[in-house]
Amino acid sequence: MILSTTLFGRTYQFNSVNEVMAKANEEKSGDIMAGIAAESAEERVAAKVVLANLTLEDLYNNPAIPYETDEVTRIIQDNVNEKIYQSIKNWTVEELREKILDSDTSSNDIRRISRGLTSEMVAAVAKLMSNLDLIYGARKITVTAHCNTTIGLEGTLSTRLQPNHPTDNEDGIVASILEGLAYGAGDAVIGLNPVDDTVESVVRMFKKLEEIKNKFKIPTQTSVLAHVTTQMEAIRQGAPADLIFQSIAGSEKGNTAFGISGDLIAEAKDLALRQGTAAGPNVMYFETGQGAELSSNAHHGVDQLTLEARCYGFAKKYDPFLVNTVVGFIGPEYLYDAKQVIRAGLEDHFMGKLSGISMGVDVCYTNHMKADQDDMENLGVLLTQAGVNFLITAPHADDVMLNYQSLGYHEAQSLRELTGLSPIKEFDEWLQKMEVLDNKSRLTKKAGDASLFLV
Amino acid sequence: MDVENIVKEVLKELEGRLGQENKTGNPEKEKSNIEKHVEYIKEKKVSVDNPINVETIRSAQEITPARIGIGRTGTRMKTANYLDFLIDHAAAQDAVFKDVDESVLKELNLPVLNSTAKDQEEYLMNLDAGRKLDEASVEWLKQNAEKGKQVQIIVSDGLSSTGTPETVPDLMSALIQGLKLKNITIGTPVFIKRSRVWIQDEVAKLVDCDVVISLIGERPGLATSKSISAYIIYRPNEKSVEADRTVFSNIHEGGVPPAEAGAHLADTISEMLKFKSSGVKFAQRLE
Repeated sequence: MILSTTLFGRTYQFNSVNEVMAKANEEKSGDIMAGIAAESAEERVAAKVVLANLTLEDLYNNPAIPYETDEVTRIIQDNVNEKIYQSIKNWTVEELREKILDSDTSSNDIRRISRGLTSEMVAAVAKLMSNLDLIYGARKITVTAHCNTTIGLEGTLSTRLQPNHPTDNEDGIVASILEGLAYGAGDAVIGLNPVDDTVESVVRMFKKLEEIKNKFKIPTQTSVLAHVTTQMEAIRQGAPADLIFQSIAGSEKGNTAFGISGDLIAEAKDLALRQGTAAGPNVMYFETGQGAELSSNAHHGVDQLTLEARCYGFAKKYDPFLVNTVVGFIGPEYLYDAKQVIRAGLEDHFMGKLSGISMGVDVCYTNHMKADQDDMENLGVLLTQAGVNFLITAPHADDVMLNYQSLGYHEAQSLRELTGLSPIKEFDEWLQKMEVLDNKSRLTKKAGDASLFLV
Repeated sequence: MDVENIVKEVLKELEGRLGQENKTGNPEKEKSNIEKHVEYIKEKKVSVDNPINVETIRSAQEITPARIGIGRTGTRMKTANYLDFLIDHAAAQDAVFKDVDESVLKELNLPVLNSTAKDQEEYLMNLDAGRKLDEASVEWLKQNAEKGKQVQIIVSDGLSSTGTPETVPDLMSALIQGLKLKNITIGTPVFIKRSRVWIQDEVAKLVDCDVVISLIGERPGLATSKSISAYIIYRPNEKSVEADRTVFSNIHEGGVPPAEAGAHLADTISEMLKFKSSGVKFAQRLE
């Protein structure tokens, strides 16, 4: 394993695979804060040169956190298909990159290769990709999943309808749901973040979402994004849940900070399959985001991109219906400005797809970050071209409970009409029946008027 | 320059001009100058074209601060809604980078302590700087804080300069009143400038309390910049993790009202003292 190179008349010697991985990253404020980023543009590119020449076996043998000490590493490595891994372990990262981008490599080919990859390999190849590489590579990979409907099929762009309310006012939540439906949002999931995270409140929210879904016979999924243990208790008390949600991290310590473990997630999935309301088999919903591990001091000196890839490796084990990075939610300490958020959004989506999960993105920013709504619209266009499974949408992009901005109901439909994409088939048909969309999945004259559901 | 200053500048300029016009005593000209001023009125209104039922949309707008009933042109926003959004975003960005007005802290009778963050930039970009007390503050707590009480209250500016003056006064008085009614003892409440949640662990250790509660300014959203979150932990130690903290967010006039939140927090703290836990463990206590 060679960890040095000569560039610009200077020798760059790295001490470990983790150091090469961290320094090969595009600049992120989180890696700088952690003290692991490249110190110059030259050192960054030197690390990329070294990384390009590492083999997949080098990466397998040097997981970001040791197998013995970290549950996430164990879950990722135990999930690798031995036969496929053996057939590709001598590839360099350079070769993996070119294999993915090669015109002769199909979606199925990549899905097969994916089963032989660890998350470190997924992260490594993302570090050797330009933004357009990340878009082009991701676009080639189709990942579908089925809960009540099938997400991720060619020709579709789905959305989560996020109807949050600062006091969980049920009528207020319903108002935001109907508004979203009137613009064609909500085919991936109608997913609420409750303010009140108690079991009693979560039961009530699950029931409310189910009531709306049944009343209008909406072919979609529902989710209440409380802590997994709270949702489990709510389900045991009879709450109707299609999906179980949880935020996850790329290290065992990070998951401990979230109050979860692999066993707990397995138990949750089992519960959702036995007592949930969905057809399945994909009944889990996870959220991630670069920097979460660093914020809970659970990063082990590993860069935030690699840890993010490890979230997807962890998620894959539980066959999720939805996974999305909440890319700019965490703040400028981790992703400083629009350039870094856009890069991270493209990286996360690509890595999710390469990991074989149904990947979406919450294209978002906070008000203390150097980014604005134009930057989000840019990223939305890029991700739509990259074939993102779903985007998060809130009324006019403004989440009045979580206090950040995402994309709006308008944006998702704009992106669909720009690219000729449709919602999930059953949902599309339902919207046409409700006269929100026409037979080409464009807004009708009536669309945008939530009162059309109340006649 | 922030929006408020821009508005002030414009008004000043306008006043100046009007003053001049007055000197010349030409009321006609004065009137035409006023008409040149574009008046921005922030109001919720239904801007959906030809809605089936305008009243239901109007009443829906009453029950949520979410931007609904806004209509569209093609698939895009109408101009007024687009401008509303930009105006609110400008105000929210500016609310982050100001300091809390010291006179408010005096009124609240809160001693002002500091984290190790020297300025806003360091506070924003370096987590550790906001998670540790500076030496003078450690010393102050050692000398002056009441030790061995059941509850310690911390107020943090967090990411909003308006959350503390607008929301904390009512919240803190309701919280203290609630705790006193339950005969729960309280240490000296303190304000810690440029501090993050984890600083509560260090404070708890220094004052030897059972429960520490931080009332911290949330980052400003477009709808409000006055929101406060409460983070509570029972007997934090080196092994404490995020899941050990109980969090209540969205405390402000338009969310959970401060007085109501204060009473609820007092009830919760009393339960925590009983069950000697917080966070996920505390949430599961009834199972």
